Amino acid sequence: MSTLTTPRPAEVPGTARPVATRRWFRAGAGDHDKAGPVTYVLLGLAAVISFFPLYWTFVAASHTGERVAQSPPPLLPGGELWTNISTVWNQAAMGQALLNSTIVAGLVSLSTVLFSTLAGFAFAKLPFRGRNILLTLVVATMTIPPQLSVIPLYQIITDLEWGNQLQSVILPSLVAAFGVFFMRQFLAEALPVELIEAARVDGAHSLRIIWHVVFPIARPAMAVLGMLVFVQSWNDFFWPFVVLTQQNPTVQVALSAIGGGSAYDINQAVIMTGALVGTLPLLLIFAVLGKHIVGGITAGAVKS
Amino acid sequence: MATPAPPTSWRSRLYRLDLKASPYAYIAPFFLCFAAFGLIPLVWTGWLSLHQVDLLTPDVMEWRGLGNYTRLWDSEQFWTALRNTFTIGVLSTVPQLLMALGLAHLLNYRLRARGFFRVAVLAPYATSIAAATLVFVQLYNPDYGMINWALSAVGVERTDWFADTWPSQIAISSIVTWRWTGYNALIYLAAMQAVPKDLYEAASLDGASRWQQFTRITIPSIRPTILFTIIVSTIGATQLFGEPMLFGGGVGVSGGSAHQYQTLSLYLYELGWPSRQLGRASAVAWTMLLILLLVGAVNLLIARRNRAKLGG
Repeated sequence: MSTLTTPRPAEVPGTARPVATRRWFRAGAGDHDKAGPVTYVLLGLAAVISFFPLYWTFVAASHTGERVAQSPPPLLPGGELWTNISTVWNQAAMGQALLNSTIVAGLVSLSTVLFSTLAGFAFAKLPFRGRNILLTLVVATMTIPPQLSVIPLYQIITDLEWGNQLQSVILPSLVAAFGVFFMRQFLAEALPVELIEAARVDGAHSLRIIWHVVFPIARPAMAVLGMLVFVQSWNDFFWPFVVLTQQNPTVQVALSAIGGGSAYDINQAVIMTGALVGTLPLLLIFAVLGKHIVGGITAGAVKS
Repeated sequence: MATPAPPTSWRSRLYRLDLKASPYAYIAPFFLCFAAFGLIPLVWTGWLSLHQVDLLTPDVMEWRGLGNYTRLWDSEQFWTALRNTFTIGVLSTVPQLLMALGLAHLLNYRLRARGFFRVAVLAPYATSIAAATLVFVQLYNPDYGMINWALSAVGVERTDWFADTWPSQIAISSIVTWRWTGYNALIYLAAMQAVPKDLYEAASLDGASRWQQFTRITIPSIRPTILFTIIVSTIGATQLFGEPMLFGGGVGVSGGSAHQYQTLSLYLYELGWPSRQLGRASAVAWTMLLILLLVGAVNLLIARRNRAKLGG
């Protein structure tokens, strides 16, 4: 019974069910919601489908190109991984790409978390004129596809002679509507108004309140948002593809060149090695922090 | 700050200023960023769409009125791209959300290794469009790919997943579905956990089967969340770019030899960059906006009708 009633470990505080309801579950829950063998088989199947392409990327990356292009394809790892990695490294500026993606995703998530927390705090707890309309506007902007602004942005970047430079990718992503909304939802519940009022009575101005009250309370949500934005920014494709070239790519842009086939004379195994190298950093982050990312997605979704 | 000083008049004025102005200061970065990189470019795109502009000489604009739009209307490739965006969108969104519902329902049972299953279904989310597409291109290869190999083992004849319209669109949709099903499942799971358990207790006392409980309690209870995911996935589907582009390998932006899987985004890119016609590309962008507004309006109508039905 404990599995049902323990709060999810990764859950952001402030979103757990009230204690009274939880106790009620404990009293009322019978066996009707316990998973049967069919559930495990189906979930096992889902896990296999989730992992198999990732596993096979690794398998293909560890064979020669000739072997990968034979039927039946290999199912177990071979011994060519290091050869393939060094080929990718030399031919596709992969080192530069990994460094660039780390810089871009790092700066974008730092600034998104900072600005989203400030705006989320204002929307959740500070009274001001036009608050509701502006918040609706924030949510509405989420529906506008980036394609709609790409052409003028490209013109601006060209005018500034910023083509192929990382700031062209970073600047448009400094803050995101999703982040503002996410932090507002969290702070609306997790931050008691009394704390802010008490600090005000003590004479603290709002920056002080943010530093000493808001940030400490928001920290778990900030961490989750940071991870989500990092993943998203690392995987972003359209705009970096438009504005960067192969001399200074992010990982995704470098991968697109390998896969496009014309730029390099590379075999299939090396393409898969590129995919592996480009995905591995995120998968490692995921293996360590996956629980928290899961918790963040579910916590952010409840009220949307 | 232990003993607050008695407020002098400039102090209290400063305090009032802080109270009034600081909220705007905190939300300003978002709105400035959105104005600079979202709104102004969006309007400018609309203005560009009424002109003929070359990518290499963007300052030379020649007025064309609605010419770019009428040219789109007459262009067979535009209608192909529009149709492909729609069919790939349906092929990826509908199975994705249905499977996500099922998965969420399974994950909602009392499970051993529950954390593992949740992280497992979300793992594809950590894979980028580029990496995932390159892998699936291998798996779908008609000659040596694993999917044809597995299908032939059960007696299905060889399918050319690249050349034919439906197979290639199904293949591209499967990449989208693979990446996003787990993510949506977790969103549904969160909503399902907020459904009061006593509803199920009462239903099972009344002799409702698990399937009936699922269709009559779970689905209606999480309807707002379902609507939310439908909107989000629809928006995502109208923007599909990376998957069809990289699926094409060398032929890239044309979306296959006969444009059989070229989406609107790819068409926009092909017009704007390889063909250098920014005005026509802008017209495609604004057409996308109009389609999205239309979809949004239809969604809103459906939501309102549902609400009225529930109320009445």
